[in-house]
Amino acid sequence: MCAFPFRASVFLFKHLRCEEQSQARGKTIAHDFLAIAQEADARGDPPNAMASTRHSSTLGVFHLFLVAIWSAAASTDTAAQSMSPTNIFAPVSTSAKSIFGLSIFVLAVTAAIFVVVFALLTYSVVKFRKRANDDGREPPQVYGSNQVELAWTVIPVLIVVALFMATARVIADVQKTARPDNAIEVIAIGHQFWWEYRYPALGVVTANELHVPVSDSNHPTPTLIKLLSADTDHSFWVPRLAGKTDLIPNHPNSMWIDPHQTGLFLGQCAQYCGTQHAKMLLRVYVQSRDEFDRWIQEQRRPAFASDAASRGQRIFETTACINCHTVAGTVADGRFGPDLTHLMSRDTIAAGATPNTPQNLRLWIRDPEAIKPGSLMPAMELNDQDLNALTAYLETLR
Amino acid sequence: MSTDAIALPRTELASRPFVDALHEWVTTVDHKRLGILYIVYALVFLVIGGIEAGVMRIQLVRPHNDFVSPQVFNRMFTMHGTTMIFFVAMPLVFGFANYLVPLMIGARDMAFPRLNAFSFWLTAFGGLLLYFSLVGANGLYGAGNAPDVGWFAYAPLTSRTFSVGHSTDFWTLGLLVSGFGSIGTAINILTTILCLRCPGMSLGKMPLLVWLNFVMSGMVVLAVSPLTAAQLMLLVDRYLGGHFFDTQAGGSAVIWMHFFWIFGHPEVYVLVIPAFAFASEIIPVFSRKAIFGYPVMVAATICIGFIGMSVWAHHMFTVGMSSNANTFFVLSTMAIAVPTGIKIFNWLATMWGGKIEFKTPMLFCVGFLFQFLIAGLTGIMLSAAPFDWQLGNSYFVVAHFHYVIVGGILFTVFAAFYYWFPKMTGRMCDETLGKLHFWLFLIGFHLTFDFMHIPGLLGMPRRIYTYEPGRGWDIWNLIVTIGVFFQALGTLVFVANLLWSYFKGKAAGNDPWDAWTLEWSTNSPPPAYNFATIPAIKSRRPLWDLKHPDDPDWKYE
Repeated sequence: MCAFPFRASVFLFKHLRCEEQSQARGKTIAHDFLAIAQEADARGDPPNAMASTRHSSTLGVFHLFLVAIWSAAASTDTAAQSMSPTNIFAPVSTSAKSIFGLSIFVLAVTAAIFVVVFALLTYSVVKFRKRANDDGREPPQVYGSNQVELAWTVIPVLIVVALFMATARVIADVQKTARPDNAIEVIAIGHQFWWEYRYPALGVVTANELHVPVSDSNHPTPTLIKLLSADTDHSFWVPRLAGKTDLIPNHPNSMWIDPHQTGLFLGQCAQYCGTQHAKMLLRVYVQSRDEFDRWIQEQRRPAFASDAASRGQRIFETTACINCHTVAGTVADGRFGPDLTHLMSRDTIAAGATPNTPQNLRLWIRDPEAIKPGSLMPAMELNDQDLNALTAYLETLR
Repeated sequence: MSTDAIALPRTELASRPFVDALHEWVTTVDHKRLGILYIVYALVFLVIGGIEAGVMRIQLVRPHNDFVSPQVFNRMFTMHGTTMIFFVAMPLVFGFANYLVPLMIGARDMAFPRLNAFSFWLTAFGGLLLYFSLVGANGLYGAGNAPDVGWFAYAPLTSRTFSVGHSTDFWTLGLLVSGFGSIGTAINILTTILCLRCPGMSLGKMPLLVWLNFVMSGMVVLAVSPLTAAQLMLLVDRYLGGHFFDTQAGGSAVIWMHFFWIFGHPEVYVLVIPAFAFASEIIPVFSRKAIFGYPVMVAATICIGFIGMSVWAHHMFTVGMSSNANTFFVLSTMAIAVPTGIKIFNWLATMWGGKIEFKTPMLFCVGFLFQFLIAGLTGIMLSAAPFDWQLGNSYFVVAHFHYVIVGGILFTVFAAFYYWFPKMTGRMCDETLGKLHFWLFLIGFHLTFDFMHIPGLLGMPRRIYTYEPGRGWDIWNLIVTIGVFFQALGTLVFVANLLWSYFKGKAAGNDPWDAWTLEWSTNSPPPAYNFATIPAIKSRRPLWDLKHPDDPDWKYE
């Protein structure tokens, strides 16, 4: 029994070492892990030859078990995605995949422990229950056994060592700090209760909807996200892209993502940050390199200038709006709320709480509590005419 | 050896005025009465905390539900967590320790009876102070509100910028005051165990429950002190212009996390070690065998006590510690699985070859064994830091620690209730109601907490008052909420059973379970002085020796 986790972790190390040499290869870790395990087993793998012959039958069972888990995971890969857009078992970037690989290993080990101990407990509870025809005498009193105690100390120690080594390897791997030249850098700033994204090298500022380029093995374009907070603690968690990392004021963090697929990936703030923690949603748009570049170009343009002093713009610029919001190229340069320069390029408003439609926008200005009670956006108290004009102005911010 | 209490003719005291009885309870320094006060107090708060949990579960039954506002929901989870840990679990643990430790070591009372009473009242008023926030937190009486910063109250959410009014102050002061109570009781238990053991009871002959409460008390002294310090620092920040946690002025939010979790994680062991203690007394009696591997059990507990002090930052894998720090806390956290595993195996070996009688206390203990196994295994998953980067702060974590606290601790506490109720009241609990309670609660527990793991795996963070449809979380949340009603029903049956049995239960006699430790040698309920003559013992199971003079334990130990 005790040899499996150890052997399995040896395989895992090998795999991870391979991966260091030849970055992401398109296959998922668990698959490679299994392939290497089988390959190593086939050639008898000298250092473990003893263990391999001695435990070959049980090792086979372990392999079968892994195969079962993996094939279940693979066949349900699309099912995993359709089950939930935020399923941690449907990873699409390198770090999420290494975490997934480790999770499968840990799940396999704990499942094995569970089966054994559960069976022993059930057996003893059923077998040693007091029978109806009991003679009323006390059973033989056993006070302990050092050999047995030693056995069930050493075996768990070995399991822990194996789990620990596998884990340590993945920690070192995911927390690598080396920065490739072609990396995109984004600064994510957590606010109560929305996300600010700044691309310092590209001169783009946006909010709530993060755009990053897809990273394939031929043209790796990983994204380094620097995580800052403007107020309380937050946590950046898009389960299919990476594990979560907290945004803590006065404590800068960073994380890598390199999505291997285009598409929209969802997540949300995972550290309680105040009243509207629940509607601080994350949307990451992974685009092809061309689309991403086009998006950047559009975001860099100043605000679309409609007829110079439209009524709505005048209202925007003479009310409290500009205390918090920026519209590049105008007098509005507030930093407290989301940048609105290209508001209409976004699918949602209020940090993903509701779709970006004229009706929702109007409602959001009139009565934010209706959409996101407790958000820091105040109700603007405008009359219907002004409200319509203001909404119309915002509609021009493409 | 004569350990029987002097049989006095039962004096009728029923006609006493209520005020006199109340006065007696309020001014008592008797460890048994204080123990019962702790327990009853905890039961009241258990019901309150349970109602808070129910409100949250109704809110989460479907996406975009609006049963309560986000503000109310946030207060509910803050109060639920704080109440359950500080004003249910801790008082329950201390209540049983207070009641049982002196009886089990053949002492007449705790070492410091007046400190004991003082500690209880501190804890009691700490709880009242916390709930007084509902009345007084906004300055104007009647306009208050409960704190909404979460039970671990991360900085800087607790600063005056983000937490206006006084609700956070009530939280801080409530915990500060009850923390002093906990430290007082812990010192009292340590001293009692070290100084008041009866003749013959060397450390190696103490019942396991006493050993485990000894370790628990040591941990309380070490763990509650940093929390108390942190609460004082928070008050300094809020009112005296300190900047410990004020990130705007160069303070650190992370240092609060360290302070909190260096309390918070040992706290888990503070609660679970007494749960182990109950299991270690109850499983042998209902298996009719001595505990397997007594010295190893003691060693494993001490081991848990030490390692348990060095694992706290596994609550902080996502705050951006260096990979070295993360790796260290992975190792220490995984290491604690070893002594914990040893304990499970020893209980298993105790049952092995025994004659297991499934009375209600044993049912709850068996439930505990299975559930604690699962809780331990999900704990191993969370200890693997990268896995925790996905699972941390998700519903998986919520499910995990409820598996520990409800499936592990609460189940053994229920077992302890059914097991020691006859000693405390002189009457047996009703077996049929007890079994009904067990099965209802078991079903409810598994509906709620088994299925709660799944939304966590599907990306649902904790502490959200509502969630988006289409995330695949809906059905699981519905099942979880259904489970809560079974648990509530089970708890009702439990309370009904306690009340009914207290008045109508059949007389218990001194030793209804045919058990082996000293508390069963005196009357039920024991007289104020516990033992007519201080007993002297020769083995870990003095009553076994008495019942089996031909085959006493001391020949083998």
